[in-house]
Amino acid sequence: MTWAIIQKSAAERAAATLTDEVREAFTWETARAMLDGFPDGALNIAHEAVDRHVASGHGADEAILWLGKDGERESLSYGDLATRTARFANVLKSHGLQAGDRVFGLAGRVPDLYVAALGTLKAGMIFSPLFSAFGPEPLRTRLEIGEADALITTASIYRRKIAAWRDEIPSLKLVLIIGDEAPEDCVALGPAMAAASERFETVRTRPEDPALFHFTSGTTGRPKGAVHVHDAVVMHAAAGRYALELTPGTRYWCSADPGWVTGTSFGIISPLVNRVRMVIDEADFDLERWYGLLEREKIEVWYTAPTAIRMMMRAGKEAAASHDFSQLRFMASVGEPLNPEAVVWGNEVFGRPFHDNWWQTETGGIMIANTRAMDVHPGSMGRPLPGIEAGIVARVDDGLRECPPGEIGELALRPGWPSMMRAYLHEEARYKKCFVDGWYLSGDLAMRDREGYFWFVGRADDLIKSSGHLIGPFEVESALIEHPAVAEAAVIGLPDETAGEVVKAYVALNPGFEPSEDLERDIRGLARKKLGAAVAPREVVFRKTLPKTRSGKIMRRLLKARELGLPEGDISTLESDET
Amino acid sequence: MTEDEIRRAYIEELVRVAPDLDPAEIAGSDHLQDDLELDSMDVLNLVIALSKRFGVAIAEADYPQIATPDLAAAFLAKRV
Repeated sequence: MTWAIIQKSAAERAAATLTDEVREAFTWETARAMLDGFPDGALNIAHEAVDRHVASGHGADEAILWLGKDGERESLSYGDLATRTARFANVLKSHGLQAGDRVFGLAGRVPDLYVAALGTLKAGMIFSPLFSAFGPEPLRTRLEIGEADALITTASIYRRKIAAWRDEIPSLKLVLIIGDEAPEDCVALGPAMAAASERFETVRTRPEDPALFHFTSGTTGRPKGAVHVHDAVVMHAAAGRYALELTPGTRYWCSADPGWVTGTSFGIISPLVNRVRMVIDEADFDLERWYGLLEREKIEVWYTAPTAIRMMMRAGKEAAASHDFSQLRFMASVGEPLNPEAVVWGNEVFGRPFHDNWWQTETGGIMIANTRAMDVHPGSMGRPLPGIEAGIVARVDDGLRECPPGEIGELALRPGWPSMMRAYLHEEARYKKCFVDGWYLSGDLAMRDREGYFWFVGRADDLIKSSGHLIGPFEVESALIEHPAVAEAAVIGLPDETAGEVVKAYVALNPGFEPSEDLERDIRGLARKKLGAAVAPREVVFRKTLPKTRSGKIMRRLLKARELGLPEGDISTLESDET
Repeated sequence: MTEDEIRRAYIEELVRVAPDLDPAEIAGSDHLQDDLELDSMDVLNLVIALSKRFGVAIAEADYPQIATPDLAAAFLAKRV
């Protein structure tokens, strides 16, 4: 069925930060004017997010309201953030770290993690967030590729996931443990912070100096470390203002975890640069808690994800009926395409639609969005933000051709926006492959309609999007074949009404092993231990052999087509079929 | 069913969803997400399995009531 367009009133359009006039007049200078910078052209994200607000008289304004799992509340002003990030920067310096060194963050949503991210940037070092629900293997791979100099984590995570192999990461000089005590060879953050000076001169990084490493999965090979520079803050400022309506003092809640790019770009940097009052909830999704939080904390702008929205939908409209959401003025969603039902459901329950937007780790910030002034076409990701040129392209022999409206092709962007990745760590060839004929190729298939709205169709590769997390099949398959019974493995994503996709694995067994329920559980258990719950397969099935090409590559695409009853497509390269 | 029987059945379903867990090491007060590291999809799958096994509907608002083996045994005992 087709879904009715959700039209905005003239008043709603006029109230938007991105009116037609603003869109028309936009240049990147408009975005740069949202920042202060340093007199000599230096630019540091931490200065833009924290210290400049203190300098301009907003030190007492609330920056963060943290809500602990067990009901604790902690409020941090911009002034508090300035001194705590200065202390953290001094702690790093006192352990011999220097500008350009790499500091990895691995913890739940606790204030010290946010302080660490900003303090690292203040010190001119590079911050790289890790997802705390990852198992030991994905963590180790990322620390290795990123050549981590320091890690900040908790004692519990360290003991369970890091300690066993910490000595095998030669670059890792310092492990900071949140709290007052630390295991051997680690440093307790609490006493170190208390002993550190609260004065620190922000390092005058240049706009093109690396600031962030964000890891993302690849179809083949190891995960890719996308490098972002301090200039990305130009995009963070503008995208937060225009796509999320972040204005000074706005009560904002981003439910994304800072272990992923959304939770860093729009859960730390963009909101603080825009001087909002942001709420951080330490707990994971819980229906009553979330509705209560939105109401009690009078959230005005809410940035969340399809999986959470669909979980709310499962509970029905009645569960929301007793709450007052009248303070909410803008809701947005990202992570995977938001289905039209969810957009319409939001409009009925909250009195306003969810505004889907699209971007990726590599783009560093929101690129395509349904903004407040735009009519919402349910199911569409919206239109490019000002300054962003997007297109739909198809590969032809001598490069690319642009597809006309209505034709499906690969979603591409004209390079040059400030938060574009500048490299994949140690993978120059892989980085170069992303750029063809003056376009950055996203790997997503999409379509543009006649009104200029973009519609997501699917991935051009075998990557899996589960609960908003991009999962590389190769990383999962590699863990599976470490099980003594598994000879080879293929991993695909299957559609799931809540998670978008769920991971399913097909395995062929070594001689001497027979399929059984116990073995299935044993393999799945090992994968969960190595990879973590978010990445490991939810189901493992047995095959005698897997379908392979002549060159020996497992044809995941074929497994998926069969699973879904879809046409098998081109199987001319199929050498041996599954049995 | 007694609370003990319910608790055993709960743990059976739990380790089916999360086979990385050793049933012998799960404490009655262990929290599914905070201690046992289940994610939200795991919890959803566990709820579906429990609903089927016990023939009771578990509403989203009641998820906190099944968040540990002890809580779940008490909660389900009243409904089974």
